Amino acid sequence: MVEVTELSATRQRGAMPLRGRSYMAFALTPAPPIADWLGELDAWLRGASGFFAGRPVVLDLSAVTLTSSAIAHLISELGTRGIRIMGLEGVAAEKLGPALPPLVSGGRAAPVEAFSSRQPASPPPARDREPTSLLVDTPVRSGQSIFFPDGDVTVLGSVGSGAEVVAGGSIHIYGTLRGRAMAGTSGRRSARIFCTRLEAELLAIDGYYRTAEDLDAKLLSKPIQAWLAGETLNISEID
Amino acid sequence: MGKVIVVTSGKGGVGKTTSTAALGAALARTGQNVVVVDFDVGLRNLDLVMGAERRVVFDLINVVQGVAKLPQALIRDKRLETLYLLPASQTRDKDALTEEGIAQVIGDLRSRFDWVICDSPAGIERGATLAMRFADEAIIVANPEVSSVRDSDRIIGLLDSKTVKAERGERMAKHLLIARFDPARAARGEMLSVEDVLEILSIPLLGVIPESEEVLRASNLGAPITICGQQSAPAHAYMDAARRLAGEEIEMMIPTEKKGLLTKLFGRRAA
Repeated sequence: MVEVTELSATRQRGAMPLRGRSYMAFALTPAPPIADWLGELDAWLRGASGFFAGRPVVLDLSAVTLTSSAIAHLISELGTRGIRIMGLEGVAAEKLGPALPPLVSGGRAAPVEAFSSRQPASPPPARDREPTSLLVDTPVRSGQSIFFPDGDVTVLGSVGSGAEVVAGGSIHIYGTLRGRAMAGTSGRRSARIFCTRLEAELLAIDGYYRTAEDLDAKLLSKPIQAWLAGETLNISEID
Repeated sequence: MGKVIVVTSGKGGVGKTTSTAALGAALARTGQNVVVVDFDVGLRNLDLVMGAERRVVFDLINVVQGVAKLPQALIRDKRLETLYLLPASQTRDKDALTEEGIAQVIGDLRSRFDWVICDSPAGIERGATLAMRFADEAIIVANPEVSSVRDSDRIIGLLDSKTVKAERGERMAKHLLIARFDPARAARGEMLSVEDVLEILSIPLLGVIPESEEVLRASNLGAPITICGQQSAPAHAYMDAARRLAGEEIEMMIPTEKKGLLTKLFGRRAA
């Protein structure tokens, strides 16, 4: 499991803002000999068919030495198993032709549980929907990060200075927000942030952010909500 | 079976070692068997604060590596016969500690003593995580300063995730000890108030130790304040904290300025 972080850039000419995003992806690391590794993968997939369906996967080739055509072959082999490769890692850039996925770098290890629990390995019964919210019933301490790209996050307790909550949907904090809250990270502009007491270091919705310095002092220590209107991040007190 | 307590803080210089020595001595004065363990390998201090620096032969690393047996490394206090010190090594570094070795030593200490009090090094690296790894309960030492409080918050998060107890799905009991509390500065709003610290960290309060030159003097004399300055305000605060740790219910005394600024002290926000 890696987190792929891309750099952000803003093009000066024309009005095309480019925003950087961090995404979670699985990392597959083939080990030589490749045939045996594919065999192991097949054995594992038999118990978890469809596990990789529709999921982003990065192929880490640092443990093997493959030619360009061998890489293409490996990718097509994985394709027949329902594994789509979004990027390659640990391989020289020269080996990558236009037909191969792009090279990614700067991946950081991330816990696999939160990500994989989203979708059970076997297809769920039709009635069960994927969870669209996450409830955290303990304080989020400094240095901890809650990452939930699939929907809303509710925290019963405070979010400490130096802690962060990242949600694809809205963020609800029943306590003091002293750290960072980033809502709507998957491009959901309608996402909002609510907290019962604002002391935040940073608020962001869909990439538009305000740091503590930009917050209206009148709102500090107040219950607030934050939402996006156009390109402005608005914050107002909740009565 | 004894109770293993880690004294930790994240930030350095907040009073972990002083508090370890003072609480250890306070518990030992009630006749219980206490060992204070210095986990600050490479930067040991507890031997100095305990006044045992000239009697160190073997240390924690020697025991972990099997060079010495545990009883050989334990130093009995000259003033309290139920108080012992297991010193750290000054010449080695924290990489010499292994998890298996620490587990063994802690298990051994647990069977010999009523209280095993581990003085954690500052930081969140290997030394600090190993010191908390096998603890039953934790004392978080914080000063009423924003930097110290945020580091304490970080440490509480680690206590809830990186300890054996947390990995078993159990809850580690945590106690907050606010040290170096200056009532005059708190009253002027130059320090966080006790309420602010409690609000941020939301763990139970074990005690509030007033800032005092007598603590410094005791450390320099090589004696825990609960031995050499028993009548001082910090010694009283540590004695009360030790009794609370042992399960007694004692009214919490928040140090105030002599003029009785209690009302000013409460409900006040510091920057």
